[in-house]
Amino acid sequence: MSDPKIDGFELKPGFRGMASDTGSDQTMFKGVHWGKAMMWIFLLSDTFVFSCFLIAYMKGRGSTPVEWPNPSEVFALEAFGVPVPLLLIALMTFVLITSSGTMALAVKYGYEKNRKMCGWLVLATAIGGLTFVGMQAYEWSKLIHEGVRPWENPFGAAQFGSFFFMITGFHGTHVSIGVIFLFIYAYKVFAGHYENGGKRGWFTTMKGDYVEIEILGLYWHFVDLVWVFIFAFFYLW
Amino acid sequence: MSDEYENKSGYQAQSSEALTGSAGSAPDMDYVRPAELPEQDLYHGHTFLTKWVFCQDAKVIGVQYFLTAVFTGIVGLILSWLMRLQLGFPGLAGFITAEHYYQFVTMHGMIMVVYFLTALFLGGFGNYLIPLMVGARDMVFPYVNMLSFWMFFVAVAILMASFFVPGGPTGAGWTLYPPQTILEGTPGSGMGILLMLISLALFVIGFTMGGLNYMITVLQARTRGMTLMRMPLTVWGIFTATVLAMLAFPALLVSAIMMTLDKVIGTSFFMPTILKAGEVLEYGGGSPILFQHLFWFFGHPEVYIVALPAFGIVSDLISVHARKNIFGYRMMVWAIVGIGALSFFVWAHHMYVSGMNPWFGFFFATTTLIIAVPTAMKVYNWILTLWRGNIRINTVMLWCLGFIVTFVNGGITGIFLGNVSVDVPLSDTYFVVAHFHMVMGIAPVMVIMGAVYHWFPLITGRLLNETLGKWHFWATFLGAYSIYFPMHYLGFIGVPRRYYEMYDSPYMTSAVGMNEFISLAAFLVGAAQFILIFNIIKTLKTGKPAPKNPWKANSLEWHTSTQPPEHGNFGERLPVVHRWPYDFSVPGAKDDFIPQTTPPSEVVHTKVEKT
Repeated sequence: MSDPKIDGFELKPGFRGMASDTGSDQTMFKGVHWGKAMMWIFLLSDTFVFSCFLIAYMKGRGSTPVEWPNPSEVFALEAFGVPVPLLLIALMTFVLITSSGTMALAVKYGYEKNRKMCGWLVLATAIGGLTFVGMQAYEWSKLIHEGVRPWENPFGAAQFGSFFFMITGFHGTHVSIGVIFLFIYAYKVFAGHYENGGKRGWFTTMKGDYVEIEILGLYWHFVDLVWVFIFAFFYLW
Repeated sequence: MSDEYENKSGYQAQSSEALTGSAGSAPDMDYVRPAELPEQDLYHGHTFLTKWVFCQDAKVIGVQYFLTAVFTGIVGLILSWLMRLQLGFPGLAGFITAEHYYQFVTMHGMIMVVYFLTALFLGGFGNYLIPLMVGARDMVFPYVNMLSFWMFFVAVAILMASFFVPGGPTGAGWTLYPPQTILEGTPGSGMGILLMLISLALFVIGFTMGGLNYMITVLQARTRGMTLMRMPLTVWGIFTATVLAMLAFPALLVSAIMMTLDKVIGTSFFMPTILKAGEVLEYGGGSPILFQHLFWFFGHPEVYIVALPAFGIVSDLISVHARKNIFGYRMMVWAIVGIGALSFFVWAHHMYVSGMNPWFGFFFATTTLIIAVPTAMKVYNWILTLWRGNIRINTVMLWCLGFIVTFVNGGITGIFLGNVSVDVPLSDTYFVVAHFHMVMGIAPVMVIMGAVYHWFPLITGRLLNETLGKWHFWATFLGAYSIYFPMHYLGFIGVPRRYYEMYDSPYMTSAVGMNEFISLAAFLVGAAQFILIFNIIKTLKTGKPAPKNPWKANSLEWHTSTQPPEHGNFGERLPVVHRWPYDFSVPGAKDDFIPQTTPPSEVVHTKVEKT
């Protein structure tokens, strides 16, 4: 997107521009939609939530007296009779990152007012997210089948199961909420709620706009980014 | 150069001055660039339900928050009475058992800090004042704002429900330290603690929805001419506190989730191996210190979440009622921001006696004492604002002066407690109780009271009775000092806090009289608050209508189309701001105040500074 045009205000590049935006009246982030600014700040807050979880995990893993289970054994998947470490996780990560790609394209087509393309891409993102949640459910059931519980597991420190289920569960909840919203938004795009000045929302009675797709996209990319960290901390450490 | 002027006069047609007219003045000097955003789309409720219950008007939501928070505050006050009854006159009220006492302590602490002060300052004053003061029609997301209040309401309902479940509310102390919090033997370790944790999680979710509103309204929805450095300090205080809350509450949410899992499904995040009556419990391998870190990473910024709005509001009140500009406005803003930033690096000073590396304690002692610098700057600035001001000793000013004295007192004891070597002997004594009640209990409450007397005419259109107000102030101020000043002494002689009864331990027998005195003062201070309630009821019934802008203040909330302001705040046109809100007693001006909306061309002959 190109820089917005602000009536009577010159946008300057770099830190100088940031300082003059901050010092100006009305808005601090010029041309940024309220909802978009809100989502960024919400994500900052959510970053703190996940940071607290992951730091707690590091501290918990560091201070437990019992040996921590070996992730490449615990998370291995039998493929054609051979145990392949991290196979499922690699697939899950691939699906989730791909869905981020379709989301980014949906935003682009949304701003181009290409209703059909945008709708299909949002739907594709939703299906990608749903696949991820499905695979996570499979992973959970496999681990539970092997005897891993939040309070104990056969491989080592009990905290392994506690942190694993809590943090991936919390992340999975984020993905699931995202998936629900993606389906709703796919419907809204197809139904043309963002066309011709926008249709009023069901609850908020505010008019819709394609910027909502970008806002949803921000959330979705964030959920993906968090997954990268969870992946690194749980499966690679 | 001339092109630039031509360009500007082109916009002139759109500015309100051109339409309202200030004849004969240089038009370019009043130029304010046009609005970036179209007018906000507002939902106007028509039924009782959408107008007063599920209302999307920030002002109504603010009052809803205020009243709910005050209700919890009254519950907290009654609990403090019961505690003082037990401490001053042990055994007099037979129904207060040790378990009950711990439950009262816990609920009093949690209610006052989170559900009373935080909700009142950010939810109450924030909702009411932010849109009015920055010149917005409403909060930017009115629907989310409405949900925020109702989430808070549910959180309060769940918290209050814990009084009525089997086992009663939790009695673990407001810090909820594991492992004792969720172990049998602690009062309310069953349903009580569970409801507390659920209530806290809901509070965080509800607050996040409100906090996003406050932040985006300040950042993205100011009116024309309203720069960040022209905002009243009230808005700066509430805004910074909101930022703090958005970053600190996650730690509380995470610790609440983890403790709920420990309690309900038997994980051991915070639970070490525990021997109980010779038997090893199922827990093991967790870290209780981890909870303390998470809790205080929330808990210390929480102190400033309560204090910063109080700082901001008191600055405005002092400036208005001393008819003088606030001394060092920019310094005040940076002090608020600096205190806010530093507050994230001091949390472990609550854990000096939990056991930590001495260097760790040294680091946190240093950062803690550094906070004294911006805080002291603020105190000096308040005093310098008063210096040679045209001070009006009305009820509002009395509360402000009471705040300064109390805050300095509580701040100085904070310097004692910030040092590891001084803290270790004083930790968990009544000295600590005196310190934090002075600095974050009484001082912010004084500001709240001042703010109530100050903004009551705006909200209801009637002036509160001054005589009753002064009685209320003196009873509260002298009474509060009678409670907390002797407590410092109790702390020095080593009386531990949180004890149900001191029995006949030798140091305690010497303080029996003092404890009785403190209790009597506590009953008096609590009762004195009913003067305010009486005053409010009396004023609403028979009080005299307030004139428009009764205090002759400059900030936008007093310059609305109607008083009290209607939904949409400013009538047909949004105000255009030309200056900060502190132009009081400007030499040469016809009144002793120049509202923020006064264009420069009307005050060319005065010695007003460019702001």
